[in-house]
Amino acid sequence: MSLILKNVSYSFTNENDQKNHVISNLNMEVQTGEFVSLIGKSGTGKSTVLKLITGLLKENHGQILINNQEVSLGDVGYMPQKDLLLPWRTIIDNIMIASEFQKDLHISKEDARKWLDRVGLLKYENALPKQLSGGMRQRASFLRALFTGKDVLLLDEPFGALDALTKREMQTWLLSIWQDLNKTIIFITHDLEEAAYLSDRILLLHQNKTLEEIKVELPRPRKLGMIHSKEMVSLRQELEKKISNEANKKLV
Amino acid sequence: MKQIKNWFKQYYLFLFFSLALLIGIEGLVRKEVVPNFIIPAPTGVIQTIVENWDSLLVKHLSATMLEFIIGFSIAVVGGVALSISMFFSKTIEQVLYPAIVVSQMIPIIVLSPIFILWFGYSIWSKVAVTVLICFFSIVVSTYDGFKSCDREYIDLLRSMGATKLQIFKKLHIPMCLPSFFTGFKMAIVYALVGATIGEWLGASQGLGYYSRRMSGNLNAEGVFAAITILTIVGILLFALASWLEKRLINKWKIEN
Repeated sequence: MSLILKNVSYSFTNENDQKNHVISNLNMEVQTGEFVSLIGKSGTGKSTVLKLITGLLKENHGQILINNQEVSLGDVGYMPQKDLLLPWRTIIDNIMIASEFQKDLHISKEDARKWLDRVGLLKYENALPKQLSGGMRQRASFLRALFTGKDVLLLDEPFGALDALTKREMQTWLLSIWQDLNKTIIFITHDLEEAAYLSDRILLLHQNKTLEEIKVELPRPRKLGMIHSKEMVSLRQELEKKISNEANKKLV
Repeated sequence: MKQIKNWFKQYYLFLFFSLALLIGIEGLVRKEVVPNFIIPAPTGVIQTIVENWDSLLVKHLSATMLEFIIGFSIAVVGGVALSISMFFSKTIEQVLYPAIVVSQMIPIIVLSPIFILWFGYSIWSKVAVTVLICFFSIVVSTYDGFKSCDREYIDLLRSMGATKLQIFKKLHIPMCLPSFFTGFKMAIVYALVGATIGEWLGASQGLGYYSRRMSGNLNAEGVFAAITILTIVGILLFALASWLEKRLINKWKIEN
């Protein structure tokens, strides 16, 4: 088991001294090499879950384990929605930044170049981020998360800001890379089609803080054509219903 | 060559205007419409500079520059050190930052007689005025630069296990540079003003002292000669600071 969340709760006290329960008694298990998407309406605490797993936030109760060890900062690879490439660093220096903080992490420039070549960025090795398009920057940002050398990668809406065509390209690209690596991916998205296309399992965070699991029974490797398959369409309808029901409840 | 051409294209109207103004003044003075102790003829000013080259540049300019260099260096080193300590210590920040902001409201020039009182007519009274006049823009711009760093960048590096010191070196320092240089460019010109004002208050050499003495003698050409040299030095210093800024950050600076 790669990642386990046991009875995790997180709350904070706001300026009016009211307690805000963002996460209560969350239980979650993710297998090594699994691709899991986390979906849910805004404000259900998806990003908070990711921040808890990275160690940026500390849970009030419960336990978060990676390979049976309690997590702390520097245990997972994290890819935020914005690329957050440092504008003064070249692409290769940007993707290798984690090795400057972790002594036991050895990544050679050769490895970095090999990967840049694989994602089609080798000729931008010494370019500055502002010279790259949005899709290219996200690929660089993904490599930076990959080069933390960690088994678990957390991707927080990585393609949320891209246009539809680039987004589709990036999804296919991500799948092809993930299939060759034995990495566990937790993926946050608002896009139900994206969640269904990419994941082994989808975890739906409800507004009442419960978690619902939906298995994606589509064969691997996934092909773009599957998006319009019957299984996929019905899965998407199911997801949509579950989420929009929630909206109606709230209105009533 | 192309650069010069572009530069000329952008500023030719300004150059033309300046030239016309100088020629106009020259004409008015020669026709004795304006007496030359009010506004001297530009050629007279140039002549004064050439004739007094040794005394103006070797003696007076070097004295002013020495005050400027010592004062400006102290302000930059001290200002940056103070900003760093405020960044790392909440207590230091809470004690000193409001004091620094409030002190900006004091017209600093009025404090300068105090330095004459403390340091007499030595170089240090001029250095003190110089430091005081440019210190705050360095501190405020540097400290604001440190604080301006986006939380998301910090979180990203923390998620990789970076320590606070590593984040400071790899993130806050480069992020701070654009803001720092805004203050630095302002301060470098202020510092020259500070050194000159320091000399007005009491000195035996320096361009400020020289221009004041010439003014007392109703020697307008001498006053304008000193002003001309100070202006050129000011422009050169600003250009130097801009060049440094370009070298360090313009490659990546996100233009809005």
